[in-house]
Amino acid sequence: MEFGHFLSALTPLNLGLALFGVIAGTVVGSIPGLTATMALAVLVPITFSMEPASALILLGAIYTGAIYGGAYSAILLNTPGTPSAIATTFDGYPMAKRGDGDLAVALACFASVFGGMVGAIALLFLAPPLSKVALAFGPVEYFWLSVFGLSLIASLSDGNLAKGLAGGAFGMILSTVGVAEISADIRLTFGSQVLIGGFGVVGALIGLYCIPVLIDLVAVPDRHLKVEDDVKSVRIGEAYRIAMKSKFNLVRSSVIGTVVGILPGAGGSVAGLVAYSEAKRTAKPGQKFGEGEPDGILATESANNATVGGGFIPTLVLGIPGTPPDAIVLGALLIQGVRTGPSMFSQSGSIVYTFIYGLIIATILMLPAGLLIGRYAYKSIVSIPKAVLVPAVGFMTIIGTFAIHNSVSDVFIMLSLGVFGWVVARFGFKASPIVLGLILGPIAEQGFVQGWTIGAATNNLLGMFFGRPISQGILAFTLITLFLPLFLERKHRKTARKTNQ
Amino acid sequence: MLRRSILKIGAAFALAATFGTVAQAELDGPVNYIIPFGPGGESDISARLQQPYFKDKFGEDLVVSYQPGGGGAVGWASLNGLNGNGQTIMGVNLPHIIIQPAQKAVGFTTEDLNTFYMFHFTPDAIVVAADSPYETLADLVDDAKANPGQVTMSGSGKASANHLAQIKFDKMTGARTTYVPFKGTGASVTALLGNQVKAQWGYTTVGATQGEAVRLLAVAMEERHPLFPDVPTFKELGYDMVGGAYRGIALPNTASAETTKMWSDMIGEINADPAFRQKMLDGGFALLDVNADDMDDFIAARTEEYLADAREAGLIN
Repeated sequence: MEFGHFLSALTPLNLGLALFGVIAGTVVGSIPGLTATMALAVLVPITFSMEPASALILLGAIYTGAIYGGAYSAILLNTPGTPSAIATTFDGYPMAKRGDGDLAVALACFASVFGGMVGAIALLFLAPPLSKVALAFGPVEYFWLSVFGLSLIASLSDGNLAKGLAGGAFGMILSTVGVAEISADIRLTFGSQVLIGGFGVVGALIGLYCIPVLIDLVAVPDRHLKVEDDVKSVRIGEAYRIAMKSKFNLVRSSVIGTVVGILPGAGGSVAGLVAYSEAKRTAKPGQKFGEGEPDGILATESANNATVGGGFIPTLVLGIPGTPPDAIVLGALLIQGVRTGPSMFSQSGSIVYTFIYGLIIATILMLPAGLLIGRYAYKSIVSIPKAVLVPAVGFMTIIGTFAIHNSVSDVFIMLSLGVFGWVVARFGFKASPIVLGLILGPIAEQGFVQGWTIGAATNNLLGMFFGRPISQGILAFTLITLFLPLFLERKHRKTARKTNQ
Repeated sequence: MLRRSILKIGAAFALAATFGTVAQAELDGPVNYIIPFGPGGESDISARLQQPYFKDKFGEDLVVSYQPGGGGAVGWASLNGLNGNGQTIMGVNLPHIIIQPAQKAVGFTTEDLNTFYMFHFTPDAIVVAADSPYETLADLVDDAKANPGQVTMSGSGKASANHLAQIKFDKMTGARTTYVPFKGTGASVTALLGNQVKAQWGYTTVGATQGEAVRLLAVAMEERHPLFPDVPTFKELGYDMVGGAYRGIALPNTASAETTKMWSDMIGEINADPAFRQKMLDGGFALLDVNADDMDDFIAARTEEYLADAREAGLIN
């Protein structure tokens, strides 16, 4: 029975759609500003005339390709193509700088395929039980999860915690500008209509990451990326060996990605960051995260692609979309007349299983397609002269930002943030804590307000915030992440002093 | 004599030209249908349901795009700056376009928007999880009266259709419930299913998507929804509540009267299609036909009701 679904996913049409979807998604994802959500929204009408399973395979393939494609610009331009590739920049760009960009792209491909497979297999075998995770997370759990995410600032800003925290706080303030998501208040717009929509994450990513890189490219005479003379192809063999050595990291990050993907409202960016910080926390001596450590790319890229399969779990089982692209897929299903929700696996089983096998096939196809496109992307970025690269990328940032809302003011906000980011970087403030605050601020605020409202209504504020087991677990992890580095550092200093004496 | 003939010919041309523009109000290529929210909500789903029927009837693509921001305000504030040639339309929602400008300066007023058709509404409904102890609406009201404030109810947003319904219902029953705002109906349903709250102020559409996982206690319609023949209306239970979130479409206000009329007729034609009606009902929506001619009266009536409720609840000054 299940094998039959596998075969129906293997029809030439479905295979072709999966391949096309992966390639198109990778290209869209690699361009900052163009997101998986946009690509899916445009393509949904095409799927009206298709069989539901084929339509789903196409949409799923684009989605998974786009999440992988975000890694290219993260590695080669220090600009996450999609928010889920934020943590890929931490080690990907330093690797590219020192001439290992080809290796980094191949690592990202292996990790994405691995993570995508773990997520899809969880969707295939464990969807109904895992969907309960989505329901177990209430407002307070989201609040603590975002606090945990913010604690990553401590581990991201080595040696300069104060500046990291200041950046995070600034990002959180930026996130409150505009109409508040749940209270409908209008805040910090200073009477300006331009700011009423607030600071969008995608625009901020482009501004804070890409513009400083462009300014530096113009200001510094060196080549953009260091190139080895004998560079011939993407270093597939080497990447494979590194990935095999980090099996444990890959598995852990993929599991983190799958679970975070199940949580509606968290998404690929949070998954990548959590996996990155776990990889960093358990780093072996000699691994230097943030300076071009391959394990950093493996963690982020496997986790963010695992969210694809993970996100489809609540979408298909509960009818609750895990991420915005899932919401579009859900809409497409409704129009096809497929009822998602609790009864879908029993009533529309053949569509669901054909789709899941299709997603697995698309993920496998991402290996050859991704390596090939990656090789091309790498070669073109390193060989293009700066005089062409800077205007081309600059043009893309403006088009990408404009495309979000068809709004010129978004472009000005993006450019201002970019110049601001470049200036404060001179003083040691990094972009990542600001972006982290911008992404996690609203999650923290909503969770806090909702948790407080419910807790106050039931006269149980303390129990609401500290009495729930999942909250306690996340809180414990947060404390470990925050204080373990301090503790180790002190211990280290003590032993160093002893040996000196 | 000659002059008179020339005048006559001129008049004929002018007349032809006038009629010409009437006939010329027609589509010229794909139409951009902007939804000022993210994907997956009721606004998106209903626009997606219109999409294939539009293509079938009028031969052009209806391209849905999302421009979320400010609870819809960013989109509506930008609408009148867009080209009014009839190739761009935007979804509008009640009570949003009435409450938002009444609260603060959001860059548009209700009258600014050239709303030409309201095509459906999602009736308010009280939803509980399938394993909830509340079997009937009376169970919930009794509990809320016995334990003031302890009955928590999730809903989508503040000063929204769900929130106004909660305020109104509390006033009618004399009970006090606690409203917990979430970001969109999806998040509010998740909170309900996860037992984070005791009940939800949702819509009939929640019953359609969640099926047996939830139970509707009452719906705010004149008559029962065909999809839920066993769920009573609030009216049957003695509460005079009919309404919900209304959705329509607007053109930039530079659009000509002909273009507006053409669009009003086209959306009306889709709304009249039996297959479309069936799909909407299956999705839990309730159809509505307010065309361009009746729009002003409709908006005025809703405005009066919303503002009175919102003012009383202290949501606006």
